[in-house]
Amino acid sequence: MKELLDDIDRWQAAGTRVAVARVVDIEGSGPREPGAAMAVNEHGEVAGSVSGGCVEGAVVSEALAILAGDAPPRIVTFGYSDDEAFAVGLTCGGIIRLFIEPLDW
Amino acid sequence: MYARLRQLLRDELPVALVTIIDGPGVGGKLLITADGVAEGSLGHPELDRIATRDALAELEAGRSGIRHYGPEGQTTPEDLVGTPVVRAFIESWAPPPQMWIFGAVDFTAALGKVAKVLGYRVTVCDAREVFATRRRFPMADEVVVSWPTPLFERRGGTLTSRDAICILTHDPKFDVPAVQGALATSAGYIGVMGSRKTHSKRLERLAEVGVSQPEQLERLMSPIGLDLGARTPEETAVSICAEIIARRTGRMAPSLRDGHGPIHT
Repeated sequence: MKELLDDIDRWQAAGTRVAVARVVDIEGSGPREPGAAMAVNEHGEVAGSVSGGCVEGAVVSEALAILAGDAPPRIVTFGYSDDEAFAVGLTCGGIIRLFIEPLDW
Repeated sequence: MYARLRQLLRDELPVALVTIIDGPGVGGKLLITADGVAEGSLGHPELDRIATRDALAELEAGRSGIRHYGPEGQTTPEDLVGTPVVRAFIESWAPPPQMWIFGAVDFTAALGKVAKVLGYRVTVCDAREVFATRRRFPMADEVVVSWPTPLFERRGGTLTSRDAICILTHDPKFDVPAVQGALATSAGYIGVMGSRKTHSKRLERLAEVGVSQPEQLERLMSPIGLDLGARTPEETAVSICAEIIARRTGRMAPSLRDGHGPIHT
């Protein structure tokens, strides 16, 4: 989160809305620890990362949907072996759960 | 609340943020500082109280993770029967670990740089005013012109198992009090630079000042660093930092390719 503050400041100063995705849980071999975070603004610009680049693209789509009000703030799961998992996999074979929400608090 | 969190993070003060990520009240938040004072609410005073208690424990350990509660703070399995489950993510930000580097030498600048990459708060200490300058160590958070003993007396108590002390001076005048001071702390890593020959001479000098207990000397990583065949200050810095990681995780540090089992545990 710390490494996102400057980008978020800049975006918010310009009146741009921002969503934050945080890793809340990993199972098996996960590339980043809980707390790893990325921020996405309403124009699809990104700061930070939550994996080794495996799921960032999908996180942007989710974040934009949540910012647009098309989806509620929620947990999103990535990983190949889980029923609820999205199509995007992690090369390390682990499962990663993110909580994505608008930064409106 | 974000503005408050942002300020605490920038000031590098310990803070925990509890967020309801699933169940009743998704998005609800509680911000907790190290003094146990909370801001915000998860929707019920008892839930706030329990979450504050758990968040303080996570903060102490520098950990983040998910907890499950009932909407009124229930925690035992019996109490949770028939209630919706509140899943809360407790994220804690502990202050960065410290690395104290003794000796303002060429290796110090390289080690300071690598330590910064790993998130350490870096302190460089040397008694020689001409060498211990900010200009030579712009990457350091602080450059202290001092003999080791006063620094340890003043602040040695702040070092914990997350912190590292690297003694790079090679000069017995400085090494011996630095090692003595380091051994009196709870620092998780104490590395001392020098060849095996230098180290055995240093052990003699330490014995002269009464430092000879095997369980004390066992803590010293000397010669410092992993056996990477490092030559340059930068390579040496990587070998030292790699050793610090391996000591913390309790690994022998061979190549992943030559091992078995999961990479992360």
